[in-house]
Amino acid sequence: MEQQIIKVKNKKGVKVIPGFGLSLGITFFMLSALILIPLVSIFISASQLSFQEFVNVITSRQIVSGYVVSLSCAFFAALINAVFGLMLAWVLVRYNFPGKRLADGLIELPFALPTAVAGISLTYLYSDKGWIGSLFGKAGIKIAYTRIGITLAMIFVGIPFVVRAVQPVLEKLDRQYEEAAMMLGASRTYTFFRVVLPELFPALLAGFGLAFARGIGEYGSVVFIAGNLPYKTQIAPLLIISKLEQYKYADATAIALVLLLISFLLMLFINSLQIYMQKFIGT
Amino acid sequence: MKEKKRNYDQDVVGDGINTIQKVLEPVNGTSNNIVKYMLIGVCMLFLFLMLVLPLIVVIVNALKDGWTVYRKAVQNEYTIKALQLTLLATVSAVGINTIFGLFASFLLSKFYFKGRQLLATLIDIPFSISPVVAGLAFILTFGNIGWMGDFLKNHSIKIVFAVPGIILATIFVTFPFVFRELFPVMNAQGKDEEEAAALMGANGFTIFRRITFPHIKWALLYGIILCAARAMGEFGAVSVISGHLRGKTNTLPLHVEILYNEFNTTEAFAVSSVLVILAVLILIAKNFVEWKKR
Amino acid sequence: MYVEMKGINKTFDGFHASNNVSFGVEKGCLAALLGPSGSGKTTILRMIAGLDKPDSGDIMINNIKVNDMPGSKRGIGFVFQNYALFRYMTVAANIAFGLEVQKKSKTEIKNRVDELLQLISMEELGSRYPHQLSGGQRQRVAFARALAPNPQLLLLDEPFAAIDAKVRRELRVWLKGMIEKVGITSIFVTHDQEEAMEVADTVIITNQGNVEQVGTPEEICMHPQTDFVADFIDITRCETIIAAR
Repeated sequence: MEQQIIKVKNKKGVKVIPGFGLSLGITFFMLSALILIPLVSIFISASQLSFQEFVNVITSRQIVSGYVVSLSCAFFAALINAVFGLMLAWVLVRYNFPGKRLADGLIELPFALPTAVAGISLTYLYSDKGWIGSLFGKAGIKIAYTRIGITLAMIFVGIPFVVRAVQPVLEKLDRQYEEAAMMLGASRTYTFFRVVLPELFPALLAGFGLAFARGIGEYGSVVFIAGNLPYKTQIAPLLIISKLEQYKYADATAIALVLLLISFLLMLFINSLQIYMQKFIGT
Repeated sequence: MKEKKRNYDQDVVGDGINTIQKVLEPVNGTSNNIVKYMLIGVCMLFLFLMLVLPLIVVIVNALKDGWTVYRKAVQNEYTIKALQLTLLATVSAVGINTIFGLFASFLLSKFYFKGRQLLATLIDIPFSISPVVAGLAFILTFGNIGWMGDFLKNHSIKIVFAVPGIILATIFVTFPFVFRELFPVMNAQGKDEEEAAALMGANGFTIFRRITFPHIKWALLYGIILCAARAMGEFGAVSVISGHLRGKTNTLPLHVEILYNEFNTTEAFAVSSVLVILAVLILIAKNFVEWKKR
Repeated sequence: MYVEMKGINKTFDGFHASNNVSFGVEKGCLAALLGPSGSGKTTILRMIAGLDKPDSGDIMINNIKVNDMPGSKRGIGFVFQNYALFRYMTVAANIAFGLEVQKKSKTEIKNRVDELLQLISMEELGSRYPHQLSGGQRQRVAFARALAPNPQLLLLDEPFAAIDAKVRRELRVWLKGMIEKVGITSIFVTHDQEEAMEVADTVIITNQGNVEQVGTPEEICMHPQTDFVADFIDITRCETIIAAR
C-alpha cells in the first residue's frame, strides 16, 4: 500500500516522504468513526421524520423561544466579548503594567475551569443574595434566572476566543500604518478606527464567530444561572436534554438539526467573509 | 553646490496649508496616558469580575462550613469515584486525540493531495457544534433507538449510559485540540528536512522521531494541556450520555451538578474547589509551556 | 537651511544610533542619507519626522526648534519603506486621508485627489485597492498621499527597496523629475550609492551613527574626507553615474 502511494505523482512532484498511506488511513478512520458517523446518525434519525412533523416540532412555541433565547443571548455575549476582547488584546499587546503576565495567563481560565463550576459560581455571585446580585437587586435589576444571567455566563465562556484571535494579529501588525496615519495628521482615536480596526477586523470577526458558536451551544455554565423558566429562560440545548428525558427522540433530533444548521451557516458565513477580506492583504 | 533652477510656485505645491505650525505640543500628550490607564483599568476590572471573582466564590463557599465539612465532601466515596472517571475520560481523550493530531497534522502538512482543505474543515467541526448535540449524536448511534443499538444489545455491549459513552463524548468535544496546535507548526516547518531524510533512506518512523518531533514537542505538549483542560471540564455532552448513575457514570462536573441540585451547596463548592485547583495547575503548566515555546 | 540637525544623539538600549549628528539641508534641495545598513540613517529620518525623539540636540525646521512638536504639525510628508498604504482603502481614499483628517470640504478633497492622481498619471486607478497595484504604482500612490496635505518637506525611507530591480531605474528618474516639478525639499534614505549619486543634490554619508561627510555627489566622489568614505564609495562607478546626469 505504502509503496504504491509513494509513486503517485502530484503537482509538487513525487511523494518521497514515507507514511502517506498510513497517515491518510488513520486520519480518515478516526475522523469517520469518532466524528462523522455519529453526526450522520443525526441526519439518519431526522430523515425518519416527515417534513410536516419536523416543521411542527421546530415551530412550537417552546422550541422557537428556546432558539430565540440561545441566539439572542449568544449574540449579545459575543458582541460584548468582541468589545472587551479587543480592548484586552490591545492592552496586553501595547501597554506594559504590573500584573500583565498574570492577566495574560488568566485569559484561558474559561477553557480550563469546568463549565459546571463556572455555572454554580456565577449563579451564586449574581443571585439576589450573592455579592454582586444583591447590589443590583437594590437597584431592582435581577441578573440570575433572567436572560441577563444567561448572557453573562456566555460572556464567561467566550472570553478567550476574541482575545486570542486578535492578539497575534495585533502583535504582528506593522507600526508603519499607524505612523503613516499619524504623519498625515490623524489623531490616535481616528487612526485606531480608520486604520488599525480594519486590519484587525478579520481576526475580530473570527473570534466573534467562535464566541457566538460557543455561546449557542453552551450548556454547562448556563443551565444553573438560567433558571430554565419555559418560554423565558430555556436555552435550545436544554430543550434537547429535556426532550431526551421524556424519550421524545424525534423532537430532540429536530431541535439538534436546526442547531447544527445554524452552526454550519455561521461558520460558512464567517469563512467566506474572511476569504473576502484576505484579498486585501495581497502579497 | 550645483545651482538648479527650481520653480517653487508650481500649482501642485498649493498654498502651503500644511506648513510648519508654530504650536508647541508635547509629542506624547498626557491625554494618551489617561486613555492608557483607563483602558488598563477597565480591562482589569472586567477580568476581576468575570474570572477572578468566580474563583474566589468557589473557595470561600467551599470552606464556609469549616475544614471538616470540606474534607468530608472531598473524601466522599462518590467524589473519589467521579474523580477517577473524570481522570479516565481525560486520559483517554488526550491519548486518542494526540494520536489523531499527530497523524492528521503530519498528513496535512507534509503531503499535498486533493481535498486537504475539506479535511481540515471536517476536523474542526466539533469546535462549532453544541456539546449537547454531540451527546445526542452518540445516543442516536449507539443507544437503544440508534442504528447500532440492536447489534450492541445482541453482543451485550453498553456504550450509552456507560463509561465508554462518556469517553467517546469527551473525545468528540476535544477532538481538534491537539491537531489545531500541531498543524500550524508542522506546516510552517515545511517538508524539506523530511524529504532530505527520506532521500537518504530513513524510514517513516525514524523521520518522524528524528526530524519532525523535535520541531513540535512544545506545541504537542501545549495541545495536550489544552485538550486535558477541556476534557476534564466537559459537561454538556457527558451530561446527555451519562444517565447520571451515581458512582458509575458520574464525572466530577456531573457530581457537582447533582450536589448543587440537591441543595448541598457547600459540598458542591468543595468538589468544585478540587476542579478549580486542577484548572489553576493546568493554567500554570500552559503558561510554562508557552514561555518555553518562545 | 530648511532642515538642520544640531548635535543629535540617540541610543536604543545602549546602541548608539546617532552620535553627535549635525548637518543641514537647503530649501528646495533633494538630499540623500547614504550609508550601510545599521548606520543610523533611518533613525535620523524618523527623528526629523517626529517618529522618534532624540536624547539630546536640536532639530530645526524652517528655523523653528521642533523637538517637542508632534510629527503631524511639522509640515512633513513621509513615504514609508513598504509604503504603508492602507490596505482596506482605495487609492483615492488613501490620498484623501490626510485631507479628511483636516476636515476639508468634499469638493476640495475631490479636486485635490484628482489633481494628485493626474500628477502621478493614475487618473483611471483611483478606485483600485493597493493589492491590485504593481510595486511602482504603489510607490506613486504613497508619494501622492504624502503630498496631499501640501507638506513643505518630503521624507522618503528607502523608496526603491521594495521595487523590482528592473523598474527601479525608471522609477528613480520619475521620482526625481516629480520632486523637481513639485519643488519640495526632500530627504531620502538609501543604502545604494548608485541611487544616491544619480538622484540627489546633496549626499549625507552616515556610518555607525556618525555623519562622515556632507556634500554634492561630485565632492563626495572626488574628495572623500574620511577613510570610511574613500573605502565605501566605488569611484569609477560614481564617476560614470555623475557624468551621465
